Amino acid sequence: MKYFPLVWANLTRHKRRTVLTTLSVALALFLFASLRSVITTLHAGAEVGSESRMIVQSAKAIVFFLPMSYKERLLAVPGVQAVTWADWFGGVYQDPKNFFASFAADAESYLDMYKTDFTLPADQRTAFIKERTACIVGQHLLEKYGWHLGQNVTLQGTIFQGDWTFTIRGVYHATDPAFSEDALMFHYEVIYERYPRWVQPGWYVLQLKDPALAQQVAATIDSEFKNSTDPTKTGTERAFNAGFVTMWGNVSFLMNSIGMAVVFAILLVAANSMMLSARERTNEVGVLKTVGFSDRLLFGLVMAEAGIIALGGAVLGLGAAKALYRPTDFSAMGFLPGFDVTAGTLALGLGIAVVLAVASGLVPALNAARLSAVQALRHVE
Amino acid sequence: MALVTIRGLSKSFQRDSQPIVVFDGLDLDFAEGSFTALMGPSGSGKSTLLNLVAGLDRPTSGTVTVGDAEVSAMGPGALAEWRARHVGFVFQSYNLLPVLTAYQNVELPLLLTRLSKAERHDHVMTALGVVALTDRAEHFPRQLSGGQEQRVAIARAVVSDPTIILLDEPTGQLDAKSAAEILELLQRLNREFHKTILMVTHDPHAAQAAGRTLHLDKGVLTA
Amino acid sequence: MKIPIVYNVRSLARRPVSTAMTALGVALVVGVFIAMLALANGFKMALVRTGSPDNVIVLRKGADSELSSGITRDNAAIIAALPEVAAAADGAPLASPEVFVPMNVESAGVGEAQLVVTRGVTARAFEVRHGIRLVEGRMFTPGRDEVIIGTAIAPKLAHSAVGDTIHLAGRGWLVAGHFSAGGSAFESEVWGENDQLMPVLRGQVYQVVAFRLRDPGQFDSAKRALENDPRLQVDARRESEFYASQSTVLRTILNFLAIFITGIMAIGAVFGAVNTMYAAVASRTSEIAVLLTLGFKPRSVLASFLAEATVLALVGGLLGCLVALPINGIVTSTTNWSSFSMIAFSFLVTPRILLEGVIFAVVMGVVGGFFPARRAARVPVVEAIR
Repeated sequence: MKYFPLVWANLTRHKRRTVLTTLSVALALFLFASLRSVITTLHAGAEVGSESRMIVQSAKAIVFFLPMSYKERLLAVPGVQAVTWADWFGGVYQDPKNFFASFAADAESYLDMYKTDFTLPADQRTAFIKERTACIVGQHLLEKYGWHLGQNVTLQGTIFQGDWTFTIRGVYHATDPAFSEDALMFHYEVIYERYPRWVQPGWYVLQLKDPALAQQVAATIDSEFKNSTDPTKTGTERAFNAGFVTMWGNVSFLMNSIGMAVVFAILLVAANSMMLSARERTNEVGVLKTVGFSDRLLFGLVMAEAGIIALGGAVLGLGAAKALYRPTDFSAMGFLPGFDVTAGTLALGLGIAVVLAVASGLVPALNAARLSAVQALRHVE
Repeated sequence: MALVTIRGLSKSFQRDSQPIVVFDGLDLDFAEGSFTALMGPSGSGKSTLLNLVAGLDRPTSGTVTVGDAEVSAMGPGALAEWRARHVGFVFQSYNLLPVLTAYQNVELPLLLTRLSKAERHDHVMTALGVVALTDRAEHFPRQLSGGQEQRVAIARAVVSDPTIILLDEPTGQLDAKSAAEILELLQRLNREFHKTILMVTHDPHAAQAAGRTLHLDKGVLTA
Repeated sequence: MKIPIVYNVRSLARRPVSTAMTALGVALVVGVFIAMLALANGFKMALVRTGSPDNVIVLRKGADSELSSGITRDNAAIIAALPEVAAAADGAPLASPEVFVPMNVESAGVGEAQLVVTRGVTARAFEVRHGIRLVEGRMFTPGRDEVIIGTAIAPKLAHSAVGDTIHLAGRGWLVAGHFSAGGSAFESEVWGENDQLMPVLRGQVYQVVAFRLRDPGQFDSAKRALENDPRLQVDARRESEFYASQSTVLRTILNFLAIFITGIMAIGAVFGAVNTMYAAVASRTSEIAVLLTLGFKPRSVLASFLAEATVLALVGGLLGCLVALPINGIVTSTTNWSSFSMIAFSFLVTPRILLEGVIFAVVMGVVGGFFPARRAARVPVVEAIR
C-alpha cells in the first residue's frame, strides 16, 4: 500500500544488513525444513505398505527362518487370500559402501502380491520368471550403477557365502515415491538349491481378503505357532515398516531439539538487526511524528519491516528446501527414500517466520511508538 | 483575528528532582496571517513554546488554542491527526529522511490523507514549485546543498496547506546567501499565500523579515 | 603501535544488548556443534573400546558382521589350536567361541520389542574379551537357563532387573546379574552360556571365534595361517579394527549431520556478527578517526576491530561450551545397522571437542569481523573533525 515505499526505503538503507539478515532467516528455515523432513520422511516410510497385507516373521528375531511347511497352514487361515515369502540376502556389490537391498523371493507369488505397488512390463516379467538366475532391479538402482537389461550383476554374499551372479531381466518402477526403487530381487530357489538343509523363508507376506480382518488373522496365526519351535510375530505391513522407523531411536527428539536451537539462534540475529536499525532512526521517528504520523502507524511501519525480512527469508529458505530435495532425488544413501518437504513442514516454517517477525520487531516497534517526538529530535546518535 | 490563543501557559521540567520553570502564566495571541519572530537567549524556552503550539509537548498548566482546536487538551492520537492537517514544521537541521527523494520527503504528510496518488503528485509538484525545486524532485538529500534541503523541508511543511507554519531556527545552519533565500521564501508564503508563520530565531537579521518580533527571556515576554 | 584491547572490551560493553545477542548466537552454534561431535564421539568410543589390537576376531569368509557369520564346532577347535593363540593360566587356549544373534526382547515401558544382541559365551570369554566385569548379582550358572545383561541396555528392557525372568527366543531366562564392559558395545548385549543358547538360537554353529594373540606382532602370521587353511573358510581381523569398521555407517551419518547442521548455523551466526561489527564501526567513525589522528596506523585499527570480533565470538564460544557440557554422559540409543541391533551409548564430551568448539567460534569471529575491520581501517582522518 502507500506506505510501502517508506518501509522499503528503510530496508534498503543498509542493503547489506538487510540482505545478511534475510539470508540468515532463509538458512535457518532451510535447516529447520530439512530436519523436520527427516522425521516426516521416516514416518511416511512407516506408512508405506498396504493395510491388507501382513508380514509373518519369526518371533525370536527377524534373522530366524520360518519353516516352509507354514505356507500351507497360513493359506488355510480364514481371511488369507494369498501367501508369498522372501529371504534377506544382504549382498555386497563390489564395495561395502555400495549399499542396496537384495533379497530372494518366491517370484510369481511375490510379483502378484505387490502388483499394485510397482510396475513391471509383462515381457520382462515373463523373462524373469523363466530364467532361474535372473533378477529384477528398481529403476533408480539401474540408473545409479549404469546397468542395463541383460547385464550380469555379481554380488558377494555375506549371509550366504561366495559370489552370486544374476542377469537383469526386468526393471521395476515404484508407483509410490516412498517405495524404494533401490532393490534387487532374485529367485528363492537359487539359495535354496545351494543350502537345501538350511534355507527356509525369512518372512511370509499374506494378502487379506479384507483389511478389517488384520487383527484377527494376526491373533490366529501367532497363537497357532506360539508353542512351537518357530513362534511367529504377525502384523500389518505398515506396522512392520513402522518397526524399522523406531529402530532409529531418539532421532525425532534430536532433530526437534536442534531445530529449536537453530530457530532461536536466528531469532537473535534478526532481533539484533532490527535493534541496530531502530537505534539509528530515533531522529526520523521524531520527524515523522512531528509531520503527524501517529504512534500506531509508526508501530506498524517497524513491524512491517520485520515482517518483510522474516517472510522474505522464509520464502527463500523454505523454497530452497522444497526445490532441492525431491528433484535431485536425495535419499540419504537409501535410508530415507522419497525425502521431501511436506506441506505441513512448509506451513510450520511460515508460522515460525511470523513468530520471528513479531519477536524481533516488537520491541523496536513499541519503542518507536512510545518515543516522544521532542525527545527523539533531541537525540543525537 | 487571533489564530493562536495562549492563556496562562506554564511549563516546567523535572531534572534530577529539581524543578526548572521555563515559563509561568504566559498570555499571548497570534493573528491569522501574521509572521512573528520569537527571539531570546538559549534556554529561554522559545523552542519549548513552539513545541507547545505544535502539540508536540503538553503544558504544565494553561491552554493553547489554534483555530478551533484546544491543542493543550487533546490526546496524542488526536494531536497526530491534527498536526498532519494543520501544522507545517521546519527544523534547524532540515530533518529530511535521507532514504527518500525530495519528492518522497515532501509527499510524507500527504500519505496521511485520503488523496489518490495522482492528487498527491499534484500537491507535491505544486509545493516544490513554490520553493523552485521541481527539477530536483528525484534527488536524495545528500545530493542537495543545505539551502536546497531546507527549501525541500519548507515544501514538506506547506504541502498539505496547513493552518500554521512553525520554524525552529530555520537559517541556523545556512550561509548568508541561502539564509536570505529562505527568508524571502517565507515572506512570499506570508504575503502571497497568507500563511500564518511563527519563527524561532536568534538571528536578528532573520527577525527583520518577520512582521513582528517578540523577545522571550527567562520566561518573560517582551515585545 | 597496538591499540589496547581494553578499548575493544569496553566498547563491547557499551552496547550490551547487541553484544549479548551476537555472543548468544555464536554460543548456540558452538553448543550444537559440540553436542553433535559428542554424539558421534560417544558412538565411536563405544565401538572403539569394544576392541583391542591384541585380540583377533575370526568370522566366516565374506561375512561383513558377526551377524551373518557361521563357524562349526570342529572349525572352532582348529582355530583355537593355532600356535599364535595365547595360553590361559591353566594351559588351555585363550580362545572364545561365541554365538551371536540379535533377539527380540520386550522394551521397558513401551511394550514393543527391540532387537538386542544375544551372545553365547564360555567362561573363556571373560578372559579373552577385555573389561568385562560383573557389577550386580552373579554370573550365570552353567547348565541353567540364566543370562547376564549389560548395564547400558538393561534399563531399556522389560523384566531386566537382577532376579527377573526375561523372555528370549520363546523361553524364560533368569537374570542372574548385570555386567559392565568399560563403556564398550558389549554393555548393550545379553550374555548367556553357549551350550544353553546354541540349541535355541541357530543350531550347532558359532558365529565368531575371538582369541588373544600370544604376541600382538604375530597378527599377520595368524591371519595368513587361518585364511590359507583349506579346511576353514574364514576371515581374520584385529578386534579393534573390526569393531571400528562396524560403526562406519552410523558414524558417517552422524559426521555428515554434524557438518551440515553446524555449517549452516555457523553461516547464520557469522552474518549476525558481521551486522553487529559493521554497526559498531559506523557508530564509532569519529573515535576511529581520532585514533588515526593520534598516530595509530590503519592496520592497528584493523587488528583492533578484528580482535573485538574475535573476543565477542570467543565469549560466545565459551558460553556454548558451558551450555553443551551438561549433555556429557546422557545415554541415547539407536540401531547399529551392521549388527542390526540396539546399541546404547552416551554423549562423550572431551577436552579436545571443547577446544574444537572454541576454535570454531574464533574462526567465526575472524570471518565475521574481517570486512567490518577493513572498513574501520579505511576511515578517513578527516572524519575526526566533523
